[in-house]
Amino acid sequence: MSNETILNIDNIKVYYGDLLAVRDISLSIKRGQIVSIIGANGAGKSTILKTISGLLSPRGGTIKFLGEDITGHKPFKTVAKGISMVPEGRHIFPRLTVRENLLIGAYTPKARHQSEKACKKIFSLFPILEERADQLGTNLSGGEQQMLAIGRALMSDPQLILFDEISLGLSPLIIKDIYQKIKDINNEGITVLLVEQDIKRSLKASEWTYVLQEGRVVLQGKPDSLTEVQIRKAYFGA
Amino acid sequence: MEEYFQLILNGILLGGLYAAVGVGLSMMFGIVKQVNLAHGDLMILASYLCMVLITHLKFLNLWTAVILVVPIMFAVGFLLQKYIMNRVQGMGMEPPLIVAFGLSIIIQNGLMLIFSPDSQSLETPLAIMSLRVTDMFYIPAIYVIDFLTGIALIIFLHLFFKYSYLGWAIRAASDDENTAQLMGIDTRNIYAWAMGIAISSAAVSGILIGATKNFYPHTGPQYLIIAFGVTIIGGVGSMAGTLLGGLVLGLAQLLGGKIFGPGYQLLSGYIILLALLAVRPQGLLSKAGRAD
Repeated sequence: MSNETILNIDNIKVYYGDLLAVRDISLSIKRGQIVSIIGANGAGKSTILKTISGLLSPRGGTIKFLGEDITGHKPFKTVAKGISMVPEGRHIFPRLTVRENLLIGAYTPKARHQSEKACKKIFSLFPILEERADQLGTNLSGGEQQMLAIGRALMSDPQLILFDEISLGLSPLIIKDIYQKIKDINNEGITVLLVEQDIKRSLKASEWTYVLQEGRVVLQGKPDSLTEVQIRKAYFGA
Repeated sequence: MEEYFQLILNGILLGGLYAAVGVGLSMMFGIVKQVNLAHGDLMILASYLCMVLITHLKFLNLWTAVILVVPIMFAVGFLLQKYIMNRVQGMGMEPPLIVAFGLSIIIQNGLMLIFSPDSQSLETPLAIMSLRVTDMFYIPAIYVIDFLTGIALIIFLHLFFKYSYLGWAIRAASDDENTAQLMGIDTRNIYAWAMGIAISSAAVSGILIGATKNFYPHTGPQYLIIAFGVTIIGGVGSMAGTLLGGLVLGLAQLLGGKIFGPGYQLLSGYIILLALLAVRPQGLLSKAGRAD
């Protein structure tokens, strides 16, 4: 594993209208890592992911991906650079079939001419998707939709993949299965940044974690070096 | 009996033309969720453009002029969406509606200023040719061309949405704009492509109308209403529905005209439209129910 920094966020401020959601957050991720961000509802976790992918624009600070400034880039540009996101709530395209949902994931010119190959790879990672290839995406179960959302994000051949609340609304057995797949994906060299409500699960899966409170990083470190008392304090204040 | 056979055949042929008139509106309405009130005027603009090209460039005839008119109208649609409609896109239903309404007025008055309110038509030798069906019964060749072109246009658009990356991207962007962006789709640009394609289809139907009937600067809204009828009967955004909607409207007009008298042609079409709205408001082949 190299020590190259793949993503560097420096002092970003993000607003929703007039509401300050993220205050001067800095974080950095090395290539090949699995990093998690935890924190209570409204702490700004998802906001960070949306800002990296470009769905939101920061009002201050910089985001660098592989040394290149991508602050405020639109999502269709960050995808082309190699950042892919699995959005909260899966967001499968309802009027597209499973296969079309996957192929649209390879929309960028670079990914497009390898789309057939990439599709085969996703089918071997999630065989159930191949069985359902010609059904509408919305006919799948919650777990299958989550697999489809992950597969779709992999189609663009990303270097960094962002997972937003992937265990939301899924059964523990399926969550376990999906986390195993995240490990597999990471083993292929893709860097992972995940945001999760399920603290135990995300601490177990990641090599480094950031704890957020009210839009600030209040604690960070290797998950096994953080004590429960520290985390609880960071979570709830006092 | 033969009289009705003739009417039904003519109604079907007219339906193909109506489907071509409606398909661009249906596509923008169903997929980009934008109601283009200038659809009919852009059609007629293409008719005038075609007329000017044929008059000034002597080597062109009606069919070779299509090769120039369609790309020009594609560019008009693309730029219109990119630089005007996209500014009001996402602000709700009304602002794009008002912009399109304004555009409609500008096109109509612009055409009147340049070409006077006189009736025009696109001259083609086909206009006076007819095909023999039986000894007593001939159909104008241009009706057959209208029908076949309409069908070809709809098949082409159906395949485009089903099998091309651009087609998937347009559908994905209309389903969920943010997620489409996460796939690498520049949604603003995609809407411009969609409009370019819709206006290209309007151009094709405008040329057919010009070759089949007379047109004036104010003919546009008349076809806008037909396009709305076709879209609503068939189901918004459905290609097969558009074809069916065209056939229903064409048949209803001609049969209604026969049964109740020529004055009732248009009315009969809209009575069918209202009846269908009462029974099946989502349209005959709408996918709206399947989306969620």
